[in-house]
Amino acid sequence: MKIYLKNARVVDLSGRLDGLFNILIVDGRIQEIGTSLGGNPVNYEINLQGKFVVPGLFDMHTHLREPGQEYKEDIASGIAAAANGGFTGIAAMPNTDPVVDSADVVKYVLDRAKQSGLVDLHQIASITEGRKGERLSEMKDLAEAGAAAFSDDGSAVTNSQVMRRALEYSSMLDKVIIQHCEDPELTKSGSSNESADTIKYGLKTQHRLAEELILMRDLKLVEAFGGKYHATHVSTSESVSVVADAKKRGLPITCDVTPHHLFLDDSILSGYDSDYKVNPPLRTKSDCEALVEGLKSGVIDAIASDHAPHAIHEKEVEFDAAPFGMIGLETTVGAVMTKLYHERKMDIHQIVRLLSANPRKILELPIPVFELGAKAEFTIIDPDYEWTVNPDEFKSKSRNTGFKGWKFKGSAVGIINEDKFFFSDRLK
Amino acid sequence: MAQGIRNLLGLRELSLDEIVEILDTARSFREVLERPIKKVPTLQGTTVVNLFFESSTRTRISFELAERRLSADVVNFAASGSSVSKGETLKDTARNIEAMKTDVTVIRHSSTGAPHFLSRFLKSPVINAGDGINEHPTQGLLDMYTIREKFGELKGLNVCIVGDITHSRVARSNIFGLTKSGANVAVCGPKTLIPDYLQQLGVRVFYDIDAAIQWADVLNVLRIQMEREAGGDFPSIREYRLYWGINRSRLERIKKPVVIMHPGPINRGVELDADIADGDTSLILDQVTNGVAVRMAVLFLTGVKPS
Repeated sequence: MKIYLKNARVVDLSGRLDGLFNILIVDGRIQEIGTSLGGNPVNYEINLQGKFVVPGLFDMHTHLREPGQEYKEDIASGIAAAANGGFTGIAAMPNTDPVVDSADVVKYVLDRAKQSGLVDLHQIASITEGRKGERLSEMKDLAEAGAAAFSDDGSAVTNSQVMRRALEYSSMLDKVIIQHCEDPELTKSGSSNESADTIKYGLKTQHRLAEELILMRDLKLVEAFGGKYHATHVSTSESVSVVADAKKRGLPITCDVTPHHLFLDDSILSGYDSDYKVNPPLRTKSDCEALVEGLKSGVIDAIASDHAPHAIHEKEVEFDAAPFGMIGLETTVGAVMTKLYHERKMDIHQIVRLLSANPRKILELPIPVFELGAKAEFTIIDPDYEWTVNPDEFKSKSRNTGFKGWKFKGSAVGIINEDKFFFSDRLK
Repeated sequence: MAQGIRNLLGLRELSLDEIVEILDTARSFREVLERPIKKVPTLQGTTVVNLFFESSTRTRISFELAERRLSADVVNFAASGSSVSKGETLKDTARNIEAMKTDVTVIRHSSTGAPHFLSRFLKSPVINAGDGINEHPTQGLLDMYTIREKFGELKGLNVCIVGDITHSRVARSNIFGLTKSGANVAVCGPKTLIPDYLQQLGVRVFYDIDAAIQWADVLNVLRIQMEREAGGDFPSIREYRLYWGINRSRLERIKKPVVIMHPGPINRGVELDADIADGDTSLILDQVTNGVAVRMAVLFLTGVKPS
């Protein structure tokens, strides 16, 4: 199999290549990169006319719902959505049914993913048995079976002693502990952020401190007991400052943010549309601003979607009854290119670090490179493709996006992952 | 002639003109209630559905009387013993009933935003009869009507709402309606029952009930829900009564008239003593009577069909 990409604007994080190149891929490996090659017959020849070719994007926080809730999403549809959204690799959270807390479930998921192939799926296992927050899961056995990291995502490990042990134990395995920061006593039944906006809407609220207190406690635990720690979906300005401060002190910690926390704020809840009901809740405009600043300054390491599919009938209910979460695999690149690349003039290299290199570093996975003989793992991004988000066009089984109806400029238009590839209809 | 309103979801969503139109329309219906025959043919041939997902006595009967006095056909729905207990969704329940050709839906629900949710897919008007901790717009309107009737106008009056503000849809509807009308609004209660950011709605906050009484022309006293004590939102009913309960000695200490309102049902001897609830300065039963007229006005303005 030979694929020939012409006039690709290569985004090479090593800084070695800069500009338009032609790339010849043979059997999943980079055969040639240059300004004047070709001539030989190939299976696919695509003139990219200056579209970006970047190291394959990686979403380190998704929910694929398999096993157990395949009506929301399954591994095959999740992978199709990931490919359509421009990701060559994703990590799935363990809050399935059963919970991914045994080697058998890890093996099952990885095996199922291999059948779909197109996108590399990395399975995160739970920190505690059944995600109950009480006893550590068999972390070493899980790591041996291929678990990429540990998280009780969906809820926090609130017991400080359990968290201490998780950090200590996982440090032997060189795996990161990913915390969903939330003090459940402070969030009880609160489905929106406590703010001047939500007070107008009469929604039950939860205070931002619910996130920040757990984050601050965890940083003290990491300082005292070691371990590799990642806070996922940070959402408040104070969380950004707390992480910035800890990084300054040299703690081995990282964090990610979702597109919806970056670009949507809680004033959108005025119509009580449950598609905007997420956990942590959408915060205020000034939080959004602080999160963007956090990306620019490097305090926030990665953008991850927290892709959380729910069936239409589950979301189409009164606000309090609806489950938390929105999907994101197919809107992340559009949102990031529109809001960060075009509006905020963020450098494409920085965007690629946030969406590709950094999440892989956090999970200790190899980062795709533009070198002869290397595995071809790229995402093609058309920075100028204009589109309107229509959930009915998604490959995901679910429709619960907060970006419905948004007009985006910029889209992923294809991926190449070794000998597999996906080219979207948008690739013109 | 009446312009009509599409839905009554909350007073947050209404303009001052729309609020005034409802209150003015209510005045003519209030006169109807004094006639020997308290019935007009206004909504003859129209069917109103009362969808009550929460128990209610006063509001449910008030709506039903308002509907019947406008000659509407009335269908009552109570969640218990219905398709809801079989797991039917709110959307399905409401759309199925509407498919039987009903014309207006009145809904009470424990979830904030449930009426707004219904209004997104029902073709017929939706009237909010109380949603979660959000709004109870017809209660807000009848409170405003009652105050306006007593004082002539709302502008410049000092109205203090006393009690559990955080969980009160009555408080929120009063705050939106009264501030739009130019009244000065305050709330009073323990700090744990008053949400942060409330000042940003243009509301003054008192923690000291005596200072609040001194300030107010009207005290709208809210029911203290006993389950809040168990939930740890304040120390005890005893302490609440001691420091925020409205009683004769508190009212006598100030040397000016204050009228007393309460949306009911009253916990006598907790937030309000019996002699005050039944005394000369109480407008509580006027509120109840006016409630029927206000709901007639709302039904008229939403349910009236183009001829």
